[in-house]
Amino acid sequence: MSTLQSLDIRRRSATTTPSPQARETLEVAKLIDISRCIGCKACQAACLEWNDLREEVGVNHGVYDNPLDLTENSWTVMRYSEVEQDGNLEWLIRKDGCMHCDDPGCLKACPSPGAIVQYSNGIVDFVSEHCIGCSYCVRGCPFNIPRISQRDSKAYKCSLCSDRVAVGQAPACAKACPTQAIYFGSKRDMIEWAGQRIDDLKGRGFANAGLYNPEGVGGTHVMYVLQHADRPSLYAGLPANPRISPLVEIWKGMLKPIGLIGIGLTALIGFFHYVTRGPNEVAASDEAAADRERERVTHS
Amino acid sequence: MSAREANIYDRYTAGARVNHWANAIIMICLALSGLSLFHPATFFLSDLFGGGQWTRIIHPWLGIAGTLTFLGLFVRFVRFNLWNRDDNAWMGSIRHVLSGEEEKVPEVGKYNAGQKIVFWVLSILIVLLITSGLALWDSMFREYTTIDQKRLAAVVHAAAALGLIMTVIVHVYAAIWVRGTVRAMTRGSVTGGWAWRHHRKWLREEAARQR
Repeated sequence: MSTLQSLDIRRRSATTTPSPQARETLEVAKLIDISRCIGCKACQAACLEWNDLREEVGVNHGVYDNPLDLTENSWTVMRYSEVEQDGNLEWLIRKDGCMHCDDPGCLKACPSPGAIVQYSNGIVDFVSEHCIGCSYCVRGCPFNIPRISQRDSKAYKCSLCSDRVAVGQAPACAKACPTQAIYFGSKRDMIEWAGQRIDDLKGRGFANAGLYNPEGVGGTHVMYVLQHADRPSLYAGLPANPRISPLVEIWKGMLKPIGLIGIGLTALIGFFHYVTRGPNEVAASDEAAADRERERVTHS
Repeated sequence: MSAREANIYDRYTAGARVNHWANAIIMICLALSGLSLFHPATFFLSDLFGGGQWTRIIHPWLGIAGTLTFLGLFVRFVRFNLWNRDDNAWMGSIRHVLSGEEEKVPEVGKYNAGQKIVFWVLSILIVLLITSGLALWDSMFREYTTIDQKRLAAVVHAAAALGLIMTVIVHVYAAIWVRGTVRAMTRGSVTGGWAWRHHRKWLREEAARQR
């Protein structure tokens, strides 16, 4: 949803030449400490508020999740999982939304130049005025995050409040969180702070506590502190080893050069066949032979 | 044949020509709009259709029209494109065909094996394209397929489209290279000499019919 702003672009969709690289800026990250989340949805409300979004008034589905899924308006939703293990009941609440992958599948899949950008601080942003509504980003994303609006056929997702970050503010959700379950800062600081939180959790008996910063997508700029980092799927199906689908890699990788080269070669082979062999022309003798053949057939 | 020159033979009816060119025009638009969404180097082609949004909106409708017009061609020509023993013989001397030494190539009927291969390759690729294309048409049919199915459909659609474009290049080149062929699709007829040189069995059938 970015518009004009003062962030440097590191990568740009459907662009084959590099973006300006000279300026180096701080890599940022949001750290969501699930062990501190109380599920109040202040972050959801703050997201709607800051981004001038309004969610449709829904109905109660009998669960806390509301709305049930991400939408073009709800760029973040709380997902509530009741997990029973070792005789304990745990209520695991995960704030779902864009993970801002370092290797973003959406950006790789997007066919429209500049409709998806990655800033040098790591934020992945949709530039909606260039979005053509093809939903390739939905197929590229390993976390099933982007949503296409029925009203304007544009793709929407969390911008990590790139407009706020551009002026030195933390994202709206981090600002609103009453228990400081959402931190925002440099990625290095966030990893360090996560380490302290994980030590604390381990001291309290969560032996498998750990940081979720999956390598398969080059790491993410939204990370989780999980009590059970050995089993991310407990948290409403968080993928253990997310990566861009191999099908998307083929489609957006080797198929592109092979395709264009194949088309060009086919045309070139034709051209050089013509200039070496010349046209295949009907000779006068062919016409005469055809006449004779017709005579023969008609009078037999 | 009395009203026309005796050495001219009808090859395509006006209906077949209209059907062919309607399909050809749609297929060219499909290739241009599809290529614009396939590679950044060809994105500029989307301007021909009113920009990226319009290209995305128009392409699937063109796909429907392209499939229907091709279906017309399929029904018209399928019975002439069934493989037979002559086709194996023709394929056996493909080297002479390509070098233009057609006197060394066995006689064939209305279509040679190369034309039949083009016919069947196009037919199969178009079935793949329309099937995968419907799965990719999110603004119409988003909820009918899973994201993983759409990913597979995207690969199939792109690969089939590339195959189709290359096959059409072969088809167009063959028509240009073999002189006297284009008029079959523009005027509907060919000369006796052309038929003698390239489709001798068909010439005999046509001559016998005129008796």
